Amino acid sequence: MQKITAAIVGPGNIGTDLMYKLLRSDVVEPRYMVGVDPDSAGLRLAGELGLEASPEGVDWLLDRPELPALVFEATSAYVHVRNAPRYRAAGIHAVDLTPAARGPYVVPPVNLTEHINEMNVNMVTCGGQATIPMVYAVSRVVPVDYAEIVATVSSASAGPGTRNNIDEFTRTTSKAVEVLGGAQRGKAIIILNPAEPPLMMRDTIFCSLPADADHDKIATSIHDMVAEVQTYVPGYHLRSEPQFDTMPDGTGRVATFVEVRGAGDFLPPYAGNLDIMTAAAAKVGDEIARHLLSKEH
Amino acid sequence: MPYSADLDIRITDTSLRDGSHAKRHQFSEADVRAVVAALDAAGMPVIEVTHGDGLGGSSFNYGFSRTDERVLMKAAAETARQAKIAALMLPGLGTKDDIKAAADLGVGVIRIATHCTEADISIQHFGMSRELGLETVGFLMMAHSQQPDVLAAQARIMADAGCQCVYVVDSAGAMILEDVTVRVEAVVAELGGDATVGFHGHENLGLSVANSVMAVRAGAVQVDGSTRAFGAGAGNTPLEVFAAVAERQGIRTGLDVLRMIDVAEDVVRPVMDGECVKDRLAIIMGYAGVYSSYLKHAYRAAERYGVSGAEILLECGRQGLVGGQEDQIIQIAATLAKHGAAA
Repeated sequence: MQKITAAIVGPGNIGTDLMYKLLRSDVVEPRYMVGVDPDSAGLRLAGELGLEASPEGVDWLLDRPELPALVFEATSAYVHVRNAPRYRAAGIHAVDLTPAARGPYVVPPVNLTEHINEMNVNMVTCGGQATIPMVYAVSRVVPVDYAEIVATVSSASAGPGTRNNIDEFTRTTSKAVEVLGGAQRGKAIIILNPAEPPLMMRDTIFCSLPADADHDKIATSIHDMVAEVQTYVPGYHLRSEPQFDTMPDGTGRVATFVEVRGAGDFLPPYAGNLDIMTAAAAKVGDEIARHLLSKEH
Repeated sequence: MPYSADLDIRITDTSLRDGSHAKRHQFSEADVRAVVAALDAAGMPVIEVTHGDGLGGSSFNYGFSRTDERVLMKAAAETARQAKIAALMLPGLGTKDDIKAAADLGVGVIRIATHCTEADISIQHFGMSRELGLETVGFLMMAHSQQPDVLAAQARIMADAGCQCVYVVDSAGAMILEDVTVRVEAVVAELGGDATVGFHGHENLGLSVANSVMAVRAGAVQVDGSTRAFGAGAGNTPLEVFAAVAERQGIRTGLDVLRMIDVAEDVVRPVMDGECVKDRLAIIMGYAGVYSSYLKHAYRAAERYGVSGAEILLECGRQGLVGGQEDQIIQIAATLAKHGAAA
């Protein structure tokens, strides 16, 4: 079967983990891995696995005689802001794994194909990928005035990208909780926990509910959505049944507790936060590739 | 080295921030004005006013504020004559926008807190705060959980980012005397003249005043507490007590001891829902090393799910939870309830 060629920019943990997932794709062929550090372990691995790898940055990539049709940006928000116009000018579709949010947000079970013709789509944040499906699962049943997510990740899995961009994480995630999750108002909190051995990514999703909300219907919607996320992130699961409470003002609240065990492709299973991001990006990449292939025929 | 020509140490009262936990974040503007006016008159140099979990803390996870913290900070800044107003901020919850807003409201001291192994998430915030002309303080929370050398290295990250005073923060009230000495000494030695060192104690094991004295002897020049111990867990270092002890020890705090004793009794106590006491769960927090602001959440979850609050907190300690993970208390309680029913 014909494949769409792709480049990964940023050979860190995310970029390298993503490479393993793309190598399994039926429709995407990862051909280039681009970094800026000649000693990068990710570049070396990419070379060993048959990709053309270079530490000479995006200049090198855009100089290739054969440009990729698709680029996955796994650098940082600041770097992607600089790179995005260059990809666009070169006619390359960009899947942005940083919180730069240059293009519309995509969370696969919510809007996988909505922006299929956009030249740049944004994967929100790891916390957004893990929690927005749960907000959406509630808001498709009842109006959600306010949703709040708490993402706890192991310190070991939080690289310099997350640490230097922590405000961008909370801003981008809370915005996407509104835009994609369907909450009137969103809030996002991230916590780093250094416990050893590292803990799995844990997310708590609080949604406000109308006083007369049908709890069974909401719980069913949540379980259905968990199953849908599991189709591309097998380690995604609930830690307990959704918890329903009544607030002092008489309105309701549902709290959903999620844990994400990573697939262990490159990063250890505790790094579920990175796994859900790369799995979602790979799924979006496949969808774009299928769309491009269908246009060719 | 004393804090200044006039003071050996500088005290920050956190009744209106850490006390927010004990008050379940229900402060009114009148509460804030009354407490700030009284503390200001007693010579309190710094008064912290924020949601208990810092800027932006009003939430499902930590509890919604009755009054917007920005209204409270503004009221405090308007009321204080000599005291500086401080605000707490936790990266990952609050953002740089919250710091800017606080500065605009008249906050002069920003206190940026991270878990004591995660100082590098505060770098941007310190840099921007200094650019805004704010005085900066860094909080290394849950400092009991790490060895002195780890704390010193983390303190260095904060100081290099623009933090002017790094606090060793005993969030769980778990430190015992020399635990404080070795940690403060290590941070003082690392920072040298680049930044000063402070100590923030809790009363869960009944040692906050003694621990604060140990910190001062080890070189700390800033000390936190709350009048009437009004704070999370069994409360903070009771400042009217500490002021008296400091005076007897010849440590200059600038506080009027007799006035502080009156403020504690006549102004702060009436604002409190109840005394902060070393009850069962508060002691367990110090014993198991659990973040003090979990106290009210643990009581609530224990009641909601009909399980033991002590069991909840011990499990929090076993799981190595850090500050801010209040959401896990619900999950732990729900799991305990389910297993109890199955047994």
